[in-house]
Amino acid sequence: MDLFGDYTLRMVAVGSAVLGATSGALGSFAYLRRQSLLGDAVSHAALPGIALAFMLTSSKAPLVMLIGAALAGWLATLVMGVVVSRSRVPFDSALGMVLAVFFGFGLVLLTHIQKQPDAAQAGLDSFLFGQAASLLRRDVVTMSVLGVAALVIVAVMWKEFKLLSFDPEFAASLGMPVRRLDGLLTLLLVVAIVIGLQTVGVVLMSAMIVAPAAAARQWSRRLAPMVAIAAGVGIFSGVTGSVASALIPKLPTGPTIVLVLSTVVVVSLVGAPQRGLLWRWIRLGDLRHGTDLDPILMHLYALSMQHEDDPGHGHPVAVLRTMSPSETDVGSALERLADRGLAIRTEGGLWAPTPIGCREARRRVERETEGS
Amino acid sequence: MSAELEIVLIAVVTAVAAALPGTYLVLRRTAMVSDAISHAILPGIVVAFFLTHDLNSPLLLLAAAATGVLTVFLIEGLLRTRLVPEDASIGLVFPLLFSIGVILISRYAGDVHLDTDSVLLGELAFAPFDRLVLSGVDVGPRALWTMSAILLLNLGFILLAWKELKLATVDSSLAALLGFSPVVIHYSLMAMVSLTAVGAFDAVGSILVVALMIAPPATAYLLVDRLGPMLWVGAGVAALSAILGYFVAYVLDVSIAGSMAVACGFVFSLALALAPRRGLLAQARRRSAQHLDLGVRMLVVHLLHHQDTAAEIEECRLPGLHHHLQWTEAHTRQVVGEAESRSLVEHAGDLLVATAQGRLLAEVAIVGEPVG
Repeated sequence: MDLFGDYTLRMVAVGSAVLGATSGALGSFAYLRRQSLLGDAVSHAALPGIALAFMLTSSKAPLVMLIGAALAGWLATLVMGVVVSRSRVPFDSALGMVLAVFFGFGLVLLTHIQKQPDAAQAGLDSFLFGQAASLLRRDVVTMSVLGVAALVIVAVMWKEFKLLSFDPEFAASLGMPVRRLDGLLTLLLVVAIVIGLQTVGVVLMSAMIVAPAAAARQWSRRLAPMVAIAAGVGIFSGVTGSVASALIPKLPTGPTIVLVLSTVVVVSLVGAPQRGLLWRWIRLGDLRHGTDLDPILMHLYALSMQHEDDPGHGHPVAVLRTMSPSETDVGSALERLADRGLAIRTEGGLWAPTPIGCREARRRVERETEGS
Repeated sequence: MSAELEIVLIAVVTAVAAALPGTYLVLRRTAMVSDAISHAILPGIVVAFFLTHDLNSPLLLLAAAATGVLTVFLIEGLLRTRLVPEDASIGLVFPLLFSIGVILISRYAGDVHLDTDSVLLGELAFAPFDRLVLSGVDVGPRALWTMSAILLLNLGFILLAWKELKLATVDSSLAALLGFSPVVIHYSLMAMVSLTAVGAFDAVGSILVVALMIAPPATAYLLVDRLGPMLWVGAGVAALSAILGYFVAYVLDVSIAGSMAVACGFVFSLALALAPRRGLLAQARRRSAQHLDLGVRMLVVHLLHHQDTAAEIEECRLPGLHHHLQWTEAHTRQVVGEAESRSLVEHAGDLLVATAQGRLLAEVAIVGEPVG
């Protein structure tokens, strides 16, 4: 079967790529600002917006739906803001409440619409779990325009958004309009969410915000690569999931995308260099193995301090042996130090620390004096 | 018993049963866990259904409750890797579990009652059709019995572990110090949340469970300060919202679950606006009283400052006073009226003079104590 010759599949692939890129990039900011669950609330809250937009215009034009969804989602963030700032109800309660109440209102409207003798309402409930196969050309065009616009704004405001995400107080002290920037970034997040509603559905759209960012965070500690990787993960998962869902019958799109995403997240958590669980496990073993080396290196360093003019001066193994507890295998420890480039055997079987070994030992001394 | 009355009863019992554990979730700032659990129990229900082929099997309840606890365990395990922040770990776990459930249903259970819409949205209107028949006698709707049992269980647990729950909620370190295991209490609470969510989801759907668990306790949180009253006010608010929601749904012929969620939100907004001390109205009134009081103090200080000086005729004349204080005329009139009614100032022709009492207030306002 020609994968990309098929019209539906092409639409599905392009649409999910756009949605993956946008939600990955904007999700990164939400993730870093500890707003991961905001996406959950916004996407659920979009449901009454979709229903109202349909009721008011009797049209299912993508732009009308998206505007309705975005307005409702944005209103939800405002309501949450008021509840949190003007009452003692904590943020997570406000979030859950707004999510459920808006969604409930959406249900009321949907059931009301379904009672009407109007054939045009069919398909509105595909917004619940998403239906990639229902994407039409006009949907994809609207999604692309909005998505590209959101990404361009992020690129233009890059420095401001970066500062806002990492150090809002400092941003304010520089005279940046922090509140307005915050509002803009939230609005862009809302746009990223509503772009995905038709494909992924309101219930699972939050995963498109959290998961790509969570995966990307494991691979990079810098913002630009993180955003790029998250967008990449979003594109990959979106396209894979929705194409699979379009090809295999009875495989709902949203859940399939979430499965792909979760796999990517697990692989990242386990396998990412430096941070990953596998890496940590190996290093922990390394560390456990290496603890007996520390004292020998320190002794070697202490001895070399007595010959400051000649740092390469060698010392006999016997001296080191008298300095260590009797059960220590000083000989093999020295060999292992040499393997790591921390010590070196001079002519005549004597031992001296290498410059790297000295630096490492000095660092440890400093760390210990700092700790005291 | 008529079907309508049965529905109202089920709604009230469900709402109260949910509000009890919800109170602790709101206070412990883990409200979003209810969202996570109510979604994530789906695969547990599905797998148990595949095993028993009976939607009414009590095994379903247990399996789903176990899945709920497993969800919390997964979220905390993910958190313990310290690779993702807390909100993101919630946002990663429950979409995955929910997706697995949805995919299992749509692929393998397409033609049974268990479909995704009913899981997500619930349909209370059908609850009276499912009767509990004991040795040939119809004793009422099954949901009513299930939810009553869960309500009693929750109530029993709260009464039995009152002290432990309270301590672990307000000060988990102290609880640990005194030898109560916060972990055991935490997981017992989570089991209670899971069981309630499972029992309720069949009748009202997973999203409404969230509304019922969070909104009534949050409403109570605005009205009272102590744990005991918060529990029963929360339960009362939940029952009220359930009844209100049912009647609105009955009149408009829309989703009962959705309408109950909206009612919860409506009652919360009433409390947010009108709560005696914490409401927005009370806050506004307090602010305007403070504003007026500040004005009165500034007025007497102004008068005292210019008393018996050459500028007195100019500065303390009632007409034009607002120029000197740089206030609006209306505010000036209001402040002068207030100061007069508190006998702090009096008229001497066109001039405004501070009374002895007014002098005292001005001195206290300037130096913090009466002068001389």
